[in-house]
Amino acid sequence: MTPPPDLILSGQASIDGAPLFAPLTLSLKAGQWTCLLGGSGVGKTTVLRLIAGLATGAAFTGEIRASDGLPVAERVAYMAQDDLLLPWATVAQNVALGARLRGERVDQDRRARLIERMGLQEHMTKRPSELSGGQRQRVALARTLMEDKPIILLDEPFSALDARTRADMQDLAAEALQGRTVLLVTHDPAEAARLGQSIMVMTRHGLTPCQPPHAPVPRRVDDLETLETQGALLKLLREEVA
Amino acid sequence: MKTLSAIAATLFALAIWQAIVTLTGLPKFILPGPALVAETWWQNRWLIAEHTWITAIEVLIGLACGTVLGVITALQLANSRAARVLVQPMLVFTQALPVFALAPLLTLWLGYGLWSKVAMAVLIIYFPITSSFFDGLMRTPQGYLDLARTMQASPRSVLWNIRIPAALPSLASGMRLAAVYAPIGAVIGEWVGSSQGLGYLMLLANGRAKTDLMFAAMLTLGVFSILLHLAVRRATARMAGEAR
Repeated sequence: MTPPPDLILSGQASIDGAPLFAPLTLSLKAGQWTCLLGGSGVGKTTVLRLIAGLATGAAFTGEIRASDGLPVAERVAYMAQDDLLLPWATVAQNVALGARLRGERVDQDRRARLIERMGLQEHMTKRPSELSGGQRQRVALARTLMEDKPIILLDEPFSALDARTRADMQDLAAEALQGRTVLLVTHDPAEAARLGQSIMVMTRHGLTPCQPPHAPVPRRVDDLETLETQGALLKLLREEVA
Repeated sequence: MKTLSAIAATLFALAIWQAIVTLTGLPKFILPGPALVAETWWQNRWLIAEHTWITAIEVLIGLACGTVLGVITALQLANSRAARVLVQPMLVFTQALPVFALAPLLTLWLGYGLWSKVAMAVLIIYFPITSSFFDGLMRTPQGYLDLARTMQASPRSVLWNIRIPAALPSLASGMRLAAVYAPIGAVIGEWVGSSQGLGYLMLLANGRAKTDLMFAAMLTLGVFSILLHLAVRRATARMAGEAR
């Protein structure tokens, strides 16, 4: 794995001539969590998909580059709201999907370590349908880590989970993805306040940076400053709609 | 419960059949009753078994060949835009032709024996297999494809590891349909020209006013088709993701 780079996206996007987001510059600091917070339809997922090199249906003019000048799209690992586990494959096979798809040998030890780290040892040979929503997202996280990429793109990966499981997953992900350049796209102010080392609020007019709390991530759910930030973020989101 | 309801439905159908026979008083060469058909069936069990065997061979070979051809075609269509433009309209056109009309031609080309019936069965199941599998291949959930893309997978690898496995349930439903259609194809082939098989036996019995034998052959064909359907259903349960 190359050391995680800074990442900069600057430009604008439009769909059939109608602007999706105004000219903006998003910079992700190397080895840090950046949370991109916004309501539905402001184009935050488009931003993430552009960085991942995925089709967006939008016309993008601008550039996406890494501080080390190396290509970006082949150094990302991607995790979405849908766990995207293959229903016909076992947990172990799903975790090793990347190697399988590239025709590479699977690093068995590494896989075993990751599965254990996610607390999934007993479920190795199970199919995704036999797991709970939280367990499935842990498998997806193990699959993401198995890729061992310096840039991690998370598209609301925890939003379909119940409150408690979500908080657990946030802790686990913050710990497991430490030291990588992470972009978390979310519509949840609480999540941004807990995890963001840099927090950006995205609206139709552009990006507004927001001061993150001082505590190290993952911040405690009852940390006062974190709760204040959560409130401030929600206020910003609501003003935008009004 | 399932077996019970099947038995109940069968008894109900037999009762209606017997009621029609009794109420209308039709002569037995027009509509034989269930008891007479059962008796005829038992008396001719070896004759019927022999012809069933022939039809079964035709159907099974047809099913195997049709499935292989359909799978290959669907893969080609899914893989190449040129194939879709050139071949897909042809495929639809073959479905617009009544298979019945092709039967004499196939008999002319492939002879009186087994292969013209196999060809009929293949023709009739080729389309359902091809189109169901092709649909499945073209409807891979976008999320899987996105994930594979971020993992730098080649299109070939995506086809083998994601698109084909994701399309297997669709192929399974195509095969289940095929299991119902294939006997129809084989029997049409036998009607047009043959000296063996349940279709031949039905035609022969009908021509000699042995309506009871015709019914016995027809019901045997029905039972065979149901058993075949159940067998294919079972065989494809894993593919359809039901056994998990």
